[in-house]
Amino acid sequence: MCGIVGLFIKNPKMESQLGPLLASMLEVMTGRGPDSAGFAIYGEGREGTVKISLRGQVSTDFSAIAADLEPAAGQDIPLTVRSSHAILEVPAAREAAVRAALAERHPGIMVVGSGQRMEIYKEVGLPADVARRFDLAGMKGTHGIGHTRMATESAVTTAGAHPFSTGPDQCLVHNGSLSNHNVLRRALSREGIGFTTDNDSEVAAGYLTWRMGKGASLKEALVSSLDALDGFFTFVVGTESGFAVLRDPIACKPAVMAETDDYVAFGSEYRALADLPGIAQAKVWEPKPATVYSWERAA
Amino acid sequence: MTNAHCTFDLAAGSVRDLNQALHGLDLDKNPRLWRVLNPNGGHAIAVGLDAPVTVEIDGHVGYYCAGMNKSATVLINGNAGVGVAENMISGVVHVRGDASQAAGATAHGGLLVIDGNASARCGISMKGIDIVVKGSIGHMSAFMGQAGTLTVFGDAGEALGDSLYEARLFVRGSVASLGADCVEKEMRDEHKALLHARLEAAGAAGEVDVSEFRRYGSARNLYHFHVDNVDAY
Repeated sequence: MCGIVGLFIKNPKMESQLGPLLASMLEVMTGRGPDSAGFAIYGEGREGTVKISLRGQVSTDFSAIAADLEPAAGQDIPLTVRSSHAILEVPAAREAAVRAALAERHPGIMVVGSGQRMEIYKEVGLPADVARRFDLAGMKGTHGIGHTRMATESAVTTAGAHPFSTGPDQCLVHNGSLSNHNVLRRALSREGIGFTTDNDSEVAAGYLTWRMGKGASLKEALVSSLDALDGFFTFVVGTESGFAVLRDPIACKPAVMAETDDYVAFGSEYRALADLPGIAQAKVWEPKPATVYSWERAA
Repeated sequence: MTNAHCTFDLAAGSVRDLNQALHGLDLDKNPRLWRVLNPNGGHAIAVGLDAPVTVEIDGHVGYYCAGMNKSATVLINGNAGVGVAENMISGVVHVRGDASQAAGATAHGGLLVIDGNASARCGISMKGIDIVVKGSIGHMSAFMGQAGTLTVFGDAGEALGDSLYEARLFVRGSVASLGADCVEKEMRDEHKALLHARLEAAGAAGEVDVSEFRRYGSARNLYHFHVDNVDAY
């Protein structure tokens, strides 16, 4: 099982509704994934500044960690703490130094993603509880992706929760299972792509990061993934300016999409879309197998 | 509730309450026309009906709508999720929008009409149902179809009729590929008459010219034991 939701806002006036709408969509998918949930939100960003999404514990003293990393950042680090997660804002040129210092001095704190605009939150628990503890309903942005997990092949842990991010402002959620992820992980590791789990979905994310790093567009990377990946998948992928959907060639996992002048929405089931504004007049369709659907924000 | 018809709002009541009310109908006392509002993609709406009633659903439905239907007519004014009319025995199910995967799966009888497209595995393991799709159908449709007809005004996806038994397939548009043991067969007058009768039952006679359809069926090589394979046992 597992549930996926995604929302890509086309009308800037709706950006303030991204959080509440995504929270509602995520909660509807509880039946498909009650074990854990996660989401990525593309919100405000500043040129030259990178947001690093950290995962610790509710008890983690993120202020102390941020203060400890300030020498590596070369300046004060603006910090936003949400439950077990925190967002650090650091100069892009110092990101590597900050991450190196974090890994060395605070090895228990995980980096779940980074980018100019992307923030990622994920946790074990019912989707509604996860959305509430991070105040998803209070967030705004241009697009967001969420996942509710029903673990079938690995433990119910936060590390196994989606979205997975393997590159700047890039994230992926996956419903399905991949069978060639080990061989692909080894090949991608040799190419310099870093992985933090044994999860198959993280390998799909890493593959797209690798392809886009070689100059492919998000759409081109997804098209080539059809040959590279063996298994069942429905993916929803986010980049700084893009949003894309791909299903495997036999369309093993469900997917429904809706589009209006205001937004593009994705749900594993139509139920997740049923409360969106204007859904009665939306174009609603089932994405075809082995077909990339992608949208880009105007620059 | 009026004698003429009953309206059930799924924003106010549960699918379970709706289905129990439909299962417990006393046809001498209860109305035979039901309108269902606000389905919002809910699953298992109007399943297991066993009476000659009409249920009109106003909106998109989720999985298995009108599954196991017997005698009833179910109209869906929207799209249907996975497995609409699966395992239908008799009656009519009409989807005015698109249908997702496995529409009419394993159904023994009755008529399923889909005004839009049906996605993958339409009519998988069909056992006697007549399916009419006015749009196109996805891959692996009529897989292991045993009996009944599948009529498609548009195109069929890959591997149409794979491992087919005796279901009869009529496609007006293109077929991406035929599945194992599925072959094109001659469209004789008797088949045109059969197709016309099915279109008439679906209220679609005259919408299309039966001579534009091509017929596909089983080559019957796969399901008979072949003596050359005796060493395999």
